[in-house]
Amino acid sequence: MSALARRAVLDSERVTALEDDYLDGLESHAVFVIREVAAECARPVVLFSGGKDSTVVLRLVEKAFLPERVPFPVLHIDTGHNFEEVISYRDATVSRLGLRLLVETVQDAIARRVVEDPGPGRSRNQLQSRTLVDAIRRHWFDACLGGARRDEDKARAKERLMSVRGADGGWDPANQRPELWQLYVGRVAPGEHLRVFPLSDWTEIDVWRYIRREQLVLPSIYFAHRRAVVRRDGMWLAVSPWVVPRAGEQVQELSVRFRTVGDATTTGAVLSTASTVEEVIRELANSRISERGQTRADDQFSDAAMEDRKREGYF
Amino acid sequence: MGAVDDGKSTLIGRLLHDSHQLTEDQIQALEPKGVEAGPRRLNLSYATDGLRAERQQGITIDVAYRYATTEAARLVIADCPGHLVYTANMATGVSTAEVALVVVDVTRGLREQTRRHLALAILFGVRRVVVAVNKMDLVGWSEPAWRATVDQVEEVVRRLGGAAVTAVPVSALHGDNVVEFSREASWYRGVTVMGCLRPTPERVSSSGARLPVQLVVPGAQEEAWGAGLLSGGPIALGDPVVVLPKGQVSHVRGLSALGSQVSRALAGRSIQILLDDGVALHRGDMVSEVGRAAAVVVEADTTLCWFDRSPARPGRRFLIKHTTRFVEAVISAVEGRRDLTNMEVRPASEVGMNDIGLVRWEFETPLPLDSYRSNRTTGSFIAVDSRSGRTLGAAMVASSPAKLPGG
Repeated sequence: MSALARRAVLDSERVTALEDDYLDGLESHAVFVIREVAAECARPVVLFSGGKDSTVVLRLVEKAFLPERVPFPVLHIDTGHNFEEVISYRDATVSRLGLRLLVETVQDAIARRVVEDPGPGRSRNQLQSRTLVDAIRRHWFDACLGGARRDEDKARAKERLMSVRGADGGWDPANQRPELWQLYVGRVAPGEHLRVFPLSDWTEIDVWRYIRREQLVLPSIYFAHRRAVVRRDGMWLAVSPWVVPRAGEQVQELSVRFRTVGDATTTGAVLSTASTVEEVIRELANSRISERGQTRADDQFSDAAMEDRKREGYF
Repeated sequence: MGAVDDGKSTLIGRLLHDSHQLTEDQIQALEPKGVEAGPRRLNLSYATDGLRAERQQGITIDVAYRYATTEAARLVIADCPGHLVYTANMATGVSTAEVALVVVDVTRGLREQTRRHLALAILFGVRRVVVAVNKMDLVGWSEPAWRATVDQVEEVVRRLGGAAVTAVPVSALHGDNVVEFSREASWYRGVTVMGCLRPTPERVSSSGARLPVQLVVPGAQEEAWGAGLLSGGPIALGDPVVVLPKGQVSHVRGLSALGSQVSRALAGRSIQILLDDGVALHRGDMVSEVGRAAAVVVEADTTLCWFDRSPARPGRRFLIKHTTRFVEAVISAVEGRRDLTNMEVRPASEVGMNDIGLVRWEFETPLPLDSYRSNRTTGSFIAVDSRSGRTLGAAMVASSPAKLPGG
């Protein structure tokens, strides 16, 4: 090996070691937060959608209590507009870890008149908020752990790690608790609850590097596959019972993958040939479009779309 | 940080934009809405002012965290609000910061809010201050104007006990000396703002190893492992340790880091520890290095940053959270308040909202404390409203921290 090539190898090893060290720091901090929740909150729950971020949260929760089992139940707010692969992945993961899974469906919430049906084929992402708040109230949860990250959106960038929500689940951005050092307080007033974001300081690529390091399995839709899609609102939407091609829309079969997982009517696919974790990481390193910008129709309505949904209790 | 309208959010937007941290859709969102004539100009502050009220009022209300990767470092940028009423949010941002990036409008000089921010940053333990002297284009890139502002900052920093100061003349709006060097300031030979944001040598917590126990997790043989985040120094198998505040002495018999057995662990890692001689651990215990253990005290002098409407007065009782333990405490004396216009400590009988005071506390039960200077984690605590859990104030333990029980 030439001196130059040897140095390149040493450099890449040094970079890998630095990345590993950085991930260790993120992991340790997230575990610290999860353990504080376990110690100070009476009825915590982990929100688990089967997406990559909540998969990482679940892994961190698992590690925080080893060799004991995870002491929290997991909750999925199901819009009914699902990718099948994600639901089977959700069930397999929950049974592998021996977790208690609670599923609250928007359909039930519609039946109980907690929310109103927006009509067939319309996004139910917004209805998730009311369904979640209703579930929190009925189960008396005082802390919900979830995988939201500050790098996802401008409104999320303003979140505390432990965010206090009123009885209506709403977020009041002008009145957040000061949160100093790593002194997180799990106490809330009666009727309030906490939203806890252990991945606050993680970026999308950190999540993928952690998935690589922990060899986590993800739903297959995160990797390139051929799928029938239509172009709508500037996004590639998967053809499904809820996304029916409209007049003038041309169905194409393309190589795509999903960068986020959510309601099938608003989550866009990206054109991609990345079929392994390694290839996804390489693809992201060169991406010129943000995760939300590329894949979420619901955030594109206005500058403050996410803020408004958070005020209503969205996770 | 910096005062209202001095250009903090614009500077951060410029930093992110010029270092190619923004994606195409994020840049598009910065373009002015509607039909505005004239050259295309981005609203750079929109990159961080994410709340509707912030855009409407053109101010920053709460801390926004942004993430950037450069060749030199992974950066977490906390854009802090300038207004006095948002001091609690500002303290939130600065409490975990290593470098303070202070923006000063050269046309207005150092204002009271900036002095307050500098004071907070230095009291909260920032060791490096980078001053972006902004809007240099409005004074024709005058070196004397720049120098005058820098002198003001250095004077304040000196009075506060010091920190390394680097000052850069910039125009955040036009991008001069932010990421790219300016052609305007030919007299300036220093680095750009981005050039200043390099990793600081690891912040030295010189206290020695401390493990505040968060939880007890049973092991395979039902033995009780203490789980927590290690701070202050490394710990290894066989190390002699003392469990505070009780004072039991033991050795490290087992160490694991999130599932794998290890022989040594570094500060900043979440670990589990098992002690010899059947010494049991409980939440709130602090496992401490023998020989350099934290002082167990019932009184402590602190610098107190107060957020609550109702002032901190002698005789008021509070619940405080120190590491992983809640204890009752009472303010036994208010020894003064820092006047942020000249940085002097003046006599005072209470510490009001957004004030910084010198306060002595008395604890209901003994606490293992370090000075804030030697360990940010074990040298700080917060006062909490026992009913709502709201944070009322933040205290940092003084360098000669406290009195021993009975002493």
